[in-house]
Amino acid sequence: MSNEDSSPTASWRQEEGGLVLVLSGRWHRGSRPVNEEGGRQTKWPDSFETSELGEFDSTLPAYLLGRLREIEQRESQLAAGLPENLQALMELALGVPEQSDAKVSEEAATGLSSLGKATTHAWEAVGSVVEFTGQTVLSFGRFVTGRSSFRSRDFWLILQGCGVQALPIVALISLLIGMILAFVGNIQLANFGADLYVADLVGLAMVREMGAVMTAIIMSGRTGAAFAASLGSMSANQEIDALRTFGFNPFDFLVLPRLLALVLMMPLLTIFSNIIGIFGGMLVAWTLHTPPELFYAELLTAINPTNSSLGVFKSVFFGAAIAVSGCLQGMKAGNSSVAVGDATTRSVVASITSIVVLDSMFAIAFTILDI
Amino acid sequence: MAKVSVRDLTMAFGSYVVMRDLNFDISERDIFVIMGGSGCGKSTLLRHLIGLKEPASGRVLYDGEDFTSAEPDQRERFIRRFGVMYQSGALWTSLTLAENIALPIEQHTELPAKDVRELAVYKLALVGLSGYEDYYPAQVSGGMNKRAGIARAMALDPDILFLDEPSAGLDPLSSRRLDELILQLRDTLGSTVVVVTHELASIFAIANNSIFLNTVTRTQSATGDPKWLRDHSDNSMVREFLNRGATP
Repeated sequence: MSNEDSSPTASWRQEEGGLVLVLSGRWHRGSRPVNEEGGRQTKWPDSFETSELGEFDSTLPAYLLGRLREIEQRESQLAAGLPENLQALMELALGVPEQSDAKVSEEAATGLSSLGKATTHAWEAVGSVVEFTGQTVLSFGRFVTGRSSFRSRDFWLILQGCGVQALPIVALISLLIGMILAFVGNIQLANFGADLYVADLVGLAMVREMGAVMTAIIMSGRTGAAFAASLGSMSANQEIDALRTFGFNPFDFLVLPRLLALVLMMPLLTIFSNIIGIFGGMLVAWTLHTPPELFYAELLTAINPTNSSLGVFKSVFFGAAIAVSGCLQGMKAGNSSVAVGDATTRSVVASITSIVVLDSMFAIAFTILDI
Repeated sequence: MAKVSVRDLTMAFGSYVVMRDLNFDISERDIFVIMGGSGCGKSTLLRHLIGLKEPASGRVLYDGEDFTSAEPDQRERFIRRFGVMYQSGALWTSLTLAENIALPIEQHTELPAKDVRELAVYKLALVGLSGYEDYYPAQVSGGMNKRAGIARAMALDPDILFLDEPSAGLDPLSSRRLDELILQLRDTLGSTVVVVTHELASIFAIANNSIFLNTVTRTQSATGDPKWLRDHSDNSMVREFLNRGATP
């Protein structure tokens, strides 16, 4: 068999002159696996025998470098006997010593260590949320006392982005939610001849819960994610560092206008969502033989200023939670495109989770207060 | 007294020490170059000097005053004396080139809008970007972004100018023009300039002081005038680096 066809082989032999590594065969990416003879050695060879060595590509120097990294004598000089071009490639690879402590150590993950790491990470995450919220409150305090500033043009643009531009998607989702509520409610209520009470069901559900929660979820995926992506990109591009070195406080300049814009817009969007959702319910009720006038008259018996302001009240807190989640993840993002994507995902997950947690707390509080 | 003093500075990412025991001084009106092989921590040292990264140990002093342990208000006063150009330019992408330069001027001065605009136009002209005032960073080339970054760093006529790899990615003529600009800034405004670079032509053209960071020993190998180090350094790696691999 010619060298061109033979398997790549590395054979270790102990001879009179010391340890010899015999390299033979064709070393190529398409070749069969390396055939190692003489067992793995812990010592670098004293010489090489390459008379049977065929053509080779990077697989051979990569193999030699791998063996050299395994042995204890890391600073070994290359032994004689390697072909000139292979010797040159190895010298190039060994030109800069390996920074062994720069390597990422991959410890074997046991159940207990994984639990420990998860707990530590969770605790750090809580700490960073608390710190970020504190910084945001301080920034708000500086704004109220006139000691902070941001570009008014930026603020109006953000306000437009999370207000007027969000109306179409909020309208579509709210209309569908109102219609679904009416359909589902009608199926049950019609059994008792109480299909008129669909108006009560849709009205109360929208103003107390669905309007605020659905708007918040839409804004998490739309605006919160956009905050995380834009701040993450700024962080990756060192734009936030540049702000710091020009004496700008990134919280005042980037977080505060986003927080204020969302907190201002969320109640308005929630009111809009409530109206559209109720309108959707009324359309369905109309198709199921409840005239709009009757639906409207029944609706007024169910909702009053107190219960119709509950959702609007909650939406202020939902807006703050979305803005803080989005900005926090964006500001903490790493300096790569993957990190920006991760920040966006984490922002949406964190804000939806916080919306549900906040809503549960409000539900308990309103029950206790009998509202 | 030295303009900038670094004492026993150790830089680390977690437990991984990037550089240890750095000690050097930068005098007023120096053009000081931080040099060394790729990945040795040049930009990281710059980030420590401007306070974007806290040292594992050691101190950075400006005019003898401790910057590392300064209170936030005091630190902000230090920072206002800096002008920083980042490796990528780091222009604010939502603003035009002129607005990028105008923003710090608006923030820190009471100048009327017309004067701010004039200043921004002048700074852009200094780096050869006349006519591009109303372009956004995404609409101009990488080299132009870098030059605009330098113009922004000069916006407030800083006491100390930090430039992170200013000539990387520039054509030879732009690179030479930039070297001349740095020399003019030092001579006319009296600025102290700290430059991270490994462009040998630029180093010899502008620098009168330098530090060489050694990737292998992870500490400084030499400080001083790079031309002198090229010919007389007792460290062979420094001589080799400054002679582009040739042994003098």
